[in-house]
Amino acid sequence: MPRAFRPRRLPEVGVPGRGAGMMKPTARWRERLASVVRLFGRNRMGLVGLAMLGLAIGVAVLAPWIAPYDPETTGRVTIDDIYARPSAAHLLGTDDGGKDVLSALVYGARVSLVVGFAASLISMLIGGSVGLIAGFYGGRVGNLMMRLTDIFLVIPDLPLMIVIVAMVGPSLWNIIIVIGILGWTGTARIVRSQALSLKERQFVLRARAIGAGNFHILRRHIFPLVLPLIVTNTVLVISLSILEESTLSFLGLGDPTTLSWGGMLNFAFTRGAISTGAWWALVAPGLGIVWVVLGCTLLGNALEEAFNPRLQSHHLQGEERMIARPAQPGASDA
Amino acid sequence: MSERPTAPPLLDVRDLTTRFITPEGVFHAVEGLSFQLERGESLGLVGESGCGKSTAMLSLLRLLPAAGRIVGGQALLDGTDLFGLDESDMRAVRWHRISMIFQGAMNAFNPVRTVGAQIAEALVFHGLAQDRGEAQPRVDELLEMVGITGARGSQYPHQYSGGMRQRAMIAMALACSPQVVIADEPTTALDVMIQAQILELLERLQRELGLAVILVTHDLSVVAEVCHRVLVMYGGVLAESCEVDGIFNQPLHPYTRRLLAAFPDLSRPEGKLVSIPGYPPRLNALPPGCRFAPRCEEVHERCLQERPKPRQVLPGHWVACHLHEAGAANDRT
Amino acid sequence: MARRDYLLKRAAWSVLTILFVLILNFFLFRILPGDPTTSIAKDPRLDADTRAALAARFGLDKPLVLNVQGGGLFDSQLFAYVDRLAHGDLGVSFNYGRPVGEILGERIGNTVLLVLGGQLLAIILGVGLGLLAAWKNRTPLDTGAIIFSLTAWSLPTFWLGILLLIIGSTYFGLPTAGRQTVGMDYASVWAQAIDVGRHLLLPTLTFTIVLLGEYMLVMRSSVLEILSEDYILTAKAKGLSQGQILRHHALQNAMLPIVTLIALNLGFTVAGAIQVETVFSWPGVGSLIYEAVRRQDYPVLQGAFLVIAISVVAANLAADLVYGLLDPRIKSP
Repeated sequence: MPRAFRPRRLPEVGVPGRGAGMMKPTARWRERLASVVRLFGRNRMGLVGLAMLGLAIGVAVLAPWIAPYDPETTGRVTIDDIYARPSAAHLLGTDDGGKDVLSALVYGARVSLVVGFAASLISMLIGGSVGLIAGFYGGRVGNLMMRLTDIFLVIPDLPLMIVIVAMVGPSLWNIIIVIGILGWTGTARIVRSQALSLKERQFVLRARAIGAGNFHILRRHIFPLVLPLIVTNTVLVISLSILEESTLSFLGLGDPTTLSWGGMLNFAFTRGAISTGAWWALVAPGLGIVWVVLGCTLLGNALEEAFNPRLQSHHLQGEERMIARPAQPGASDA
Repeated sequence: MSERPTAPPLLDVRDLTTRFITPEGVFHAVEGLSFQLERGESLGLVGESGCGKSTAMLSLLRLLPAAGRIVGGQALLDGTDLFGLDESDMRAVRWHRISMIFQGAMNAFNPVRTVGAQIAEALVFHGLAQDRGEAQPRVDELLEMVGITGARGSQYPHQYSGGMRQRAMIAMALACSPQVVIADEPTTALDVMIQAQILELLERLQRELGLAVILVTHDLSVVAEVCHRVLVMYGGVLAESCEVDGIFNQPLHPYTRRLLAAFPDLSRPEGKLVSIPGYPPRLNALPPGCRFAPRCEEVHERCLQERPKPRQVLPGHWVACHLHEAGAANDRT
Repeated sequence: MARRDYLLKRAAWSVLTILFVLILNFFLFRILPGDPTTSIAKDPRLDADTRAALAARFGLDKPLVLNVQGGGLFDSQLFAYVDRLAHGDLGVSFNYGRPVGEILGERIGNTVLLVLGGQLLAIILGVGLGLLAAWKNRTPLDTGAIIFSLTAWSLPTFWLGILLLIIGSTYFGLPTAGRQTVGMDYASVWAQAIDVGRHLLLPTLTFTIVLLGEYMLVMRSSVLEILSEDYILTAKAKGLSQGQILRHHALQNAMLPIVTLIALNLGFTVAGAIQVETVFSWPGVGSLIYEAVRRQDYPVLQGAFLVIAISVVAANLAADLVYGLLDPRIKSP
């Protein structure tokens, strides 16, 4: 998962650092939100991502009105209907069952998005609480939790998912739960390190000194500052979950009652779309996956930059523009 | 501008003007700064943080961050304008002729290479040694000069204490026998005992090696101990400059006087620049007149409209303040 | 001394993780519904005696974890499983009727061949391009690199494989399935190697592209962070050129997070192998898993999972060792 590393601080040169004073914990919520919105608004890639995701959600919600055919009803299928080329009747052609690819694509958005959002919600809840507890309370319990997280981090996800889904049976809910309960480790790690550093900060120590309880500090001081991190991370986990769902479905472990994009690809791949040259049945669902995943990734990256503005430049930049004085006739050989 | 008719100064900075061009606007970090540095002289550059001291020094070595622009002025080192050199000639000047001791030596060393290797690197790059092995005796000599046994050169920065790291930084700065050493807040991150040691070391080396040193600090007591001459900056411009005794015995600029008032006892080194009401000016929204006017107790109409220019009001004593037009100064004395 | 402690700690940690994997593996196939042996032994159509006999045959009559009823504390299903594993017995494939260990042994070499090539290419290209993008921060080159990386990261591996398969076979006449041409007699080992190489081309390319994006992004942020460190400014002040700074001060430091990433990413690599091998019918462990899923060949699935998990843990340990070599701070934490 793309995780940005940030330069820690600006060299002291008398310029108020971008980002240096921006995320002061004492800053008011409204100001912080305004600055985040402003920075996000400047990020063209993030806006594109938001638009891509918005379009996908729109299509998923309005599927019955957008899709030209109802995927549930099976009309009469003749041999000519199988892998029919794109035409006016079928804008994206037909699949191995003679069904309209465009309609399947539109309905497939529902499956991908539902799995993506639901699974990452589970990951967020588990990862967020594990990270917060391990980071804030620390001690033996926190340590143990992190050890466990480390173990889960090392165990390869997909093979484990395959094994579990193969054994419990591939229903939509099973897939969501499996992806959700295996995808929380990254979130937990990031949230923990943030909570760890927050708990030593002045304002928390001050709150503790005036007798604030653990829960109060957690709720009022730590959680609001960890939340942006959790949100950003969740957006990235959504894209990961969608990729994982499509992979499982492609490997034949998708819910047989609903056709996801991965499932469409599974059918096309195993039922001769390549040898018959039916590229539309292979390209369209894949583009759907890339569209949604890329949208989430762009959005997540932009959010991360908006919450944690990075420096504009580093020490090896600006050399060629540094001398910007008017021409000095003969000054250099004075 | 100095009236000494003798040999030209080692470093002659004229009208240095540096700005930062950022999305938040243009920051006038240094405006029309001029000063000279003689051979073997120790010059203190004093001011609150954010007043442009470090920016001025980084400008001399052309090491500004990417947003920084040197928009005017000259920096003549032995008569050669540093701002007129091309990049590769400038690289040859860095460290070989002007070196720098950075503030917070904590991060000034690369954590994954030994201290000795990083000192040797400068020697090899500037052609003072063929390779690492040939540089070794000089590295040992340099380390021992600052009181570190040569064997510790093969250790990594994290194995050094803070004070030791700063001493190693000094050793590194002296590696190529530069003519000018700029020490930018060399003692800021250190505790008081170590601060004293480092300053003593700097002063001794300056004397013994005949170095010209610019000591950047916000601590006037440091200046009193180490420097021959003082340059006080405020809000990116020169406020006052004279021999070190002059600053303490006859401060002219209201800002300098406020600074000194904040140090009732100069022998107490833990003092900081405190208790001047108000804040330093924001360099992207400067007052139209004197930059100190909003905080000045002796402000009058003219200060709000016209920027005072530096004038020599006493021999070798420069001040930029409307209160000290040549005549006014005489009245006071 | 400290380094040895660090290594011992990491090794102990790996052993612990592997133990956890063993137990997880054991319970997965005992508790979750779907294991045919378990189902048969519980089939209500069989009479009680047959069921009991079957259960005894498979050892299912014994307690799951610890035998507290007598017959030895460790006379349980878990320890019987561990005992079989210790003897290299991973069970017998339902599909092939052969020992799982033997089947895995035949295939693992092919997977390593594929993964190693893809990883190596992706690391070299990713590190190089990431360094370049960070150096040229916020230029069109950098933006292009970011967009490429994010897109590559968003591609489903299997779909990219399918696209490359179609393109490669249609336009470049490359083979699309298997490890070598079926029924081919090779004139020399060389000829065989070329044939295998042609078969490897598309799967390796798929792998490289999918991994490249992430390596590049991480390298870019890592270099970006390092180029903003104080010690880079020191290096610049020392007169080093940009190329020298990148080579001597940025590369090694920036590689540290990459080493960790490569190790952590092995899980992701395994996921990629399953998909790539499935698409290109590459006879490795990945396609074996795919077949096992289709045919509900649980012993193979269980064995493959175990082998993969242990390889990943071992690779992580190896990465820890490399990290210890690269970062001197490990020596004395």
